Amino acid sequence: MTRLVVSSIGPVSSVQDGGRHGTQRYGLTPSGAMDRLALAAANALLGNGACAAAVEIGPFGAAFTAREGAVGIALAGSPRNADIAGRAVAFDASMTIPDGETLTLGFAKEGAFSYLALEGGIAGEPMFGSLAVNARAGLGSPYPRPLQPGDVLPATAAADAGERRIELPAAVEGPIRAVLGPQDDEFDDSAKALLFDSEWRISATSDRMGYRLEGPALRHLHGHNIVSDGTVDGSIQVPGNGAPIVLMRDRGTTGGYPKIAAVITADFGRFAQLPAGTSFRFKLVSMAEAQAAARDFAKLLASLPDRVRAIENFDLNLEALHDANVAGHAVSAVDAGTWLAHD
Amino acid sequence: MNASSPQPRLLPNGDSAITVEFSRQIDDAANQRVLALDRAVRETPIDGVTETIPTYRSLLVHYDPCAIDFDTLGAGLLALAQTARPQKAESRRWRIPVAYGGENGADLEEVAKALGITPDDVIARHAGGQYRVAMIGFTPGWSYLSGLDRSLHMPRRHSPRVFTPAGTISIGGVQAGIQCLAAPSGWHLLGRTPVRTYQQHREPIFLLEPGDHVSFFAIDAGTFAEQERAAERGEIVAERVNA
Repeated sequence: MTRLVVSSIGPVSSVQDGGRHGTQRYGLTPSGAMDRLALAAANALLGNGACAAAVEIGPFGAAFTAREGAVGIALAGSPRNADIAGRAVAFDASMTIPDGETLTLGFAKEGAFSYLALEGGIAGEPMFGSLAVNARAGLGSPYPRPLQPGDVLPATAAADAGERRIELPAAVEGPIRAVLGPQDDEFDDSAKALLFDSEWRISATSDRMGYRLEGPALRHLHGHNIVSDGTVDGSIQVPGNGAPIVLMRDRGTTGGYPKIAAVITADFGRFAQLPAGTSFRFKLVSMAEAQAAARDFAKLLASLPDRVRAIENFDLNLEALHDANVAGHAVSAVDAGTWLAHD
Repeated sequence: MNASSPQPRLLPNGDSAITVEFSRQIDDAANQRVLALDRAVRETPIDGVTETIPTYRSLLVHYDPCAIDFDTLGAGLLALAQTARPQKAESRRWRIPVAYGGENGADLEEVAKALGITPDDVIARHAGGQYRVAMIGFTPGWSYLSGLDRSLHMPRRHSPRVFTPAGTISIGGVQAGIQCLAAPSGWHLLGRTPVRTYQQHREPIFLLEPGDHVSFFAIDAGTFAEQERAAERGEIVAERVNA
């Protein structure tokens, strides 16, 4: 059977999709791809559904080998040096890995996560409608854990559809937008001003559950213990030490620290792509602005299939692909400390 | 609506969820109203609502901002909250076996000492309680219970444990809990249950629902080991009792 074998892979790489929904009332978090736009772009290149499962590759390098047939794939998300059997290949493009040959990916550049989608998707057994890995809950398919060397992803033999690329709009720059709430009234105006006026750094002890931020301490008005209530992707919670933690896709479904604000939907993937050590700022926006941005983001996702073009006279600039230096980013393994948000 | 049930507060929680807050405290009446609104939203679906998460004091309502905006959904939820009535007697009742103390409940002795009673008193008061599942959250199947005997209320541990085992039965503050998966926790460990509130490849995958009634009974270590093997095979070792 045609398959893609994981030849080498770093930590924090796993199969992810649009996440599982409807189970948060039982404490099971949605999980899913950190960067939905990149996931959808990789899938669009292959004609897969926008939320189909793909391999989410963390900051380190990886290699995949096609066995018993050629495998059609697409790459999107954080760019990397990439080659198939020594021939450089581009991101935001689809291609074929010939039988027996290896796709080699370098470290992430200008981001943290890349997506490798397979033509025909990844075969697995969905649980609550999703293949997404949630290692704590023992969920995910074909493996309920991050990928390891030697793992096998069943694949469909590549149809000779030719190579394609996708025209994505220019990357959005600027501060990460956030809306206040639900516990912004646990902070005074100076603490709120500090959140939006300060430069923050993504801590090295960040993971798929939460990104810890380094910067000034945000002081609570009435202490840091609240009665646990529901969290969302992007919740900015402030524990006792005043150092905010932004909750990511593998967050606890409820938490007992005040949540001063939340990253907006349209900026979540962009925020998730900030590597450890990166500095950034937040920008306060109104609910109306956030929801308008969410609708625009949904339109962008829906437009992706129309942005795919066959590569014919497209000159691949191989020199540019090899140009940038490879830079690594430290990312911790699962950090138990993130979990102390339990009420 | 009457004077004792004020309008809940609508709090934005990101751009795709609203927290409907009935109280800031752990409050049984508020939790009843949370569960009533949760049921009402599930029975009267609102276009654009994707998921609801009941907690002690608030209902988190996830929605799609392409389908409905904050103000429209908020007004609809407030209207529903006014008419939603708590569920009557039909809630399910469960009896949960617990192996108390020793290696299964590392904090039993310490809790007894802190409260100035014997470990057997702690067990009797914990097992003698009538609890309701106020919410399930944090990790799969972690069930937060209301109804802990007042004499067992005590502050959480000063320093949380990084690891507590699957099936931990614990108390923290005014709350009692049934923990399914191993996880960090700052609560006091009284015992362990072989019951799995979350188990894949079993029907149902999630045993307890918010609003279910729960009580505990003591089992010895031998029974615990035996029931744990049965649970591993997918048996439900909790006892369902008819109301």
